[in-house]
Amino acid sequence: MPTAIVTMPATAKRGEVIAIRTLVAHPMETGYRPGDGGGVLPRDLIRRFQCHYNGELVFAAELYPAVAANPLIAFFTVATESGTLRFSWDGDNGFAHSESVAITVT
Amino acid sequence: MKTVVLALCAVLSSTCMAAPDARRSGFDDMTPPLRAMQRDDALNPAMLSVLEGQALWHRPPAPGQQACAGCHGEAAASMRGAATRYPAFSATSQRPVTLHERINECRVTQQNAAPLPVENPAALGLLGFVALQSRGLPIAPPADARLQPYRDAGAALYTTRFGQLALSCAQCHDARAGLRLGGSTIPQAHPNGYPLYRLEWQGMGSLQRRLRGCMAGVRAEPFALGAPEWVALELYLMQRAAGMPLETPAVRP
Repeated sequence: MPTAIVTMPATAKRGEVIAIRTLVAHPMETGYRPGDGGGVLPRDLIRRFQCHYNGELVFAAELYPAVAANPLIAFFTVATESGTLRFSWDGDNGFAHSESVAITVT
Repeated sequence: MKTVVLALCAVLSSTCMAAPDARRSGFDDMTPPLRAMQRDDALNPAMLSVLEGQALWHRPPAPGQQACAGCHGEAAASMRGAATRYPAFSATSQRPVTLHERINECRVTQQNAAPLPVENPAALGLLGFVALQSRGLPIAPPADARLQPYRDAGAALYTTRFGQLALSCAQCHDARAGLRLGGSTIPQAHPNGYPLYRLEWQGMGSLQRRLRGCMAGVRAEPFALGAPEWVALELYLMQRAAGMPLETPAVRP
């Protein structure tokens, strides 16, 4: 079970710009490093991160081998209405994880 | 010349020990972005491991067995300060044990579970979660007379030259702390944030892993995993850092 930490305000005023920070546990193995046996460790990366606000895509990022393990992604969005933000990470070897956080907009 | 250098080393290390105010956590030598990373739990990647540890605390190791929380309840109350007192003397093993070994004793005797190996991600998580409850508290090594011989052995190890480079811990971390080794500042080697997230490792690691890295660095063969020498060294290092606040889970470069 992968772990993720999402930090964002639980409430906001309509039209306010809110800061969102996400941290996910993932080795981000580049596919270039030698392993203990002398072979190359197989590539294992998160490929794409997405954030949907009430179903609408508001932020997305492509990730590459140069990104460190346990990627931290911080971004901003405008609080438009009360609802749920859904964060999803997809990667190699069928890696898929998502978190949902509710927000109340007044 | 050599004797002069050695005498100087001795003087420097003795002043280091005599003036506790001269002690610096590795935190103080980090860059501002790294310090921000450690200070803010939303940025600290070690918290991912600690969260796993928190889940383990509440989950029984096998159906029908007690979870940690079953006996100890809320860790915030029962485990507060626990990490500042280890290594401590164990009546069960009749020797000093690290916090990791203490958790394993509990697993074997109370939970009928297998002990968690060194550097196991679950062990690091649980260790991090337990130690987090002591964050900010001063390191308080127990004044147990039974620990003293082991602590003395640790102090002797600390000043013993190891490996092809024939360097002791004290030569770098007492005599040359604050100077540079390549691009990095030589820290004073206070174990006040373990288990911690090291950027070089891209993951969590224990004090033993860090010490193994130092031994490999002076081209010595590290002691075996779980060897008593590691506990002795940890006992001495914790005594040396007594009173410094615990930073677990720390971040280091």
